[in-house]
Amino acid sequence: MGKHSLVFYKELAAKILFILSASAAIIAVGLICVFLFMQGLPAMWDMGVIRFLTGTDWRPTWNPPAFGILPMIVGSIYVTVGAILFGVPIGIFAAVFMAKFCPAPIYKILKPAINLLAGIPSVVYGYFGMVVLVPFVRQTFGGSGNSILTASILLGMMILPTIITISESAIRAIPGEIYEGAIALGASHENASYRVVLPAAKSGVMASVILGIGRAVGETMAVRMVAGNQAVLRMPHEFLMGTRTLTANVVIELGYAYGNHRAALVATGVVLFIFVMIINALFSLLKKKEGI
Amino acid sequence: MNKFSIKDVNLWYNDFHALKNINMSIPANEITAFIGPSGCGKSTLIKSLNRMNDLVEGCKITGSILLDGQSIHGNIDVNALRKRVGMVFQKPNPFPMSVYDNIAYGPRTHGIRSRSKLNDIVEKSLYDAAIWDELKDRLKKSALSLSGGQQQRLCIARALSVQPDVLLMDEPTSALDPISTAKIEELVLKLKNSYTIVIVTHNMQQAVRISDNTGFFLLGEIVEYGETQQVFSIPKDKRTEDYITGRFG
Repeated sequence: MGKHSLVFYKELAAKILFILSASAAIIAVGLICVFLFMQGLPAMWDMGVIRFLTGTDWRPTWNPPAFGILPMIVGSIYVTVGAILFGVPIGIFAAVFMAKFCPAPIYKILKPAINLLAGIPSVVYGYFGMVVLVPFVRQTFGGSGNSILTASILLGMMILPTIITISESAIRAIPGEIYEGAIALGASHENASYRVVLPAAKSGVMASVILGIGRAVGETMAVRMVAGNQAVLRMPHEFLMGTRTLTANVVIELGYAYGNHRAALVATGVVLFIFVMIINALFSLLKKKEGI
Repeated sequence: MNKFSIKDVNLWYNDFHALKNINMSIPANEITAFIGPSGCGKSTLIKSLNRMNDLVEGCKITGSILLDGQSIHGNIDVNALRKRVGMVFQKPNPFPMSVYDNIAYGPRTHGIRSRSKLNDIVEKSLYDAAIWDELKDRLKKSALSLSGGQQQRLCIARALSVQPDVLLMDEPTSALDPISTAKIEELVLKLKNSYTIVIVTHNMQQAVRISDNTGFFLLGEIVEYGETQQVFSIPKDKRTEDYITGRFG
């Protein structure tokens, strides 16, 4: 064996195991990228990139078929913006409450509850949306209930745990001296918390919002169950009408699609993937800038 | 004229008896220094004067502290007390916002909204803290971009922005270089005309240079308190003498 002992080979084996495990994640992402782009990009090219992205008609059964995904791009943006409008203010207030106001006994219940919220499968959210939110929206605002508004409320709930958890840790990471500095000027606890500590944590809070957006854009099952799914270009004031998101478009039709139709769905996936990449890039930029 | 009258003050952090029977008067418009080794209670006492100790869990205080003859405990507005009794901390703690907003925060908190009034306050506070000339062109810059010494003078300006009577300084120069320290000492001497100043310091030369009165603390007790000249030249207590001549501490 020469100078190499058993320990050496054990360590070598462990090292290789760790490298392989780490590579698995990278290989998976790489493979997804390669296959998605290999199948999606040529199809997009054949259909005409501009026509595909800005076309307002999605008619796979027409002759010739029309594959325009603008309604779905806009639909994804609507429900994501809606989710932000509902989820971000509530999430940030909740995070400040948890970090600065919450009595210990309540915290002991609240914290695990929020962690649980993060772990609920999206189909369960979707079910909740169908049996509670859809009838609620229908009775309160009219329409069918399957709408942009309903999907926005549901998604807003789903991004809460992301926003609360990350914002709360960002707020807790602000040194106590900053808070004390405000208190020593005669500021109330509320004022010091909201006007000094929260702004000081803004980069972490922003990060939580971006991750929440990522989750909202990518959410599929729950949205599909409450959004109505009409592939029709909606205007913002039509928030009580149904819409279809990029994710829903893929999941609804991929099961029976073939040929050009199938390629158009893969291309939809490519667009979604690019959306998510942009969001992740924003997050990394912010992280680099602020050193979170 | 006494600004503070401290009578029979005892303070506990849970079971730890941090201050024992403190009795002293702090005269107005003078500089009073607290000296003593680490853990002797000097910072605890200064934090009792604006009730920052209220933030410490398990902190219990007995006895009385009077500010201009009125108790600072009991049924008073603690925020109003802290507005009157400003504080500068050991480590410069500017808010992570612009120089301007750092100074304007206090007055805004106390209800001043007018832009021109705020501008005046920012200028006057920075001017009084002897840092206006350095910062007048950088008001929109982040306070975190300033040097440590500038940050500390900014914090002094911030404390002045709400027009306090008293300025408590908890080792304000211990994190600073000698030049910044000299600037702050010079500033403190100037400020004593308008404010009552209480300063905790580890640096005995600093106490000699700037203070009118010195209190020497040891293990939660005040061992000796008197005019700085007297405490440092002819200390009455053997322990004070040992400390100031460097035999321990």
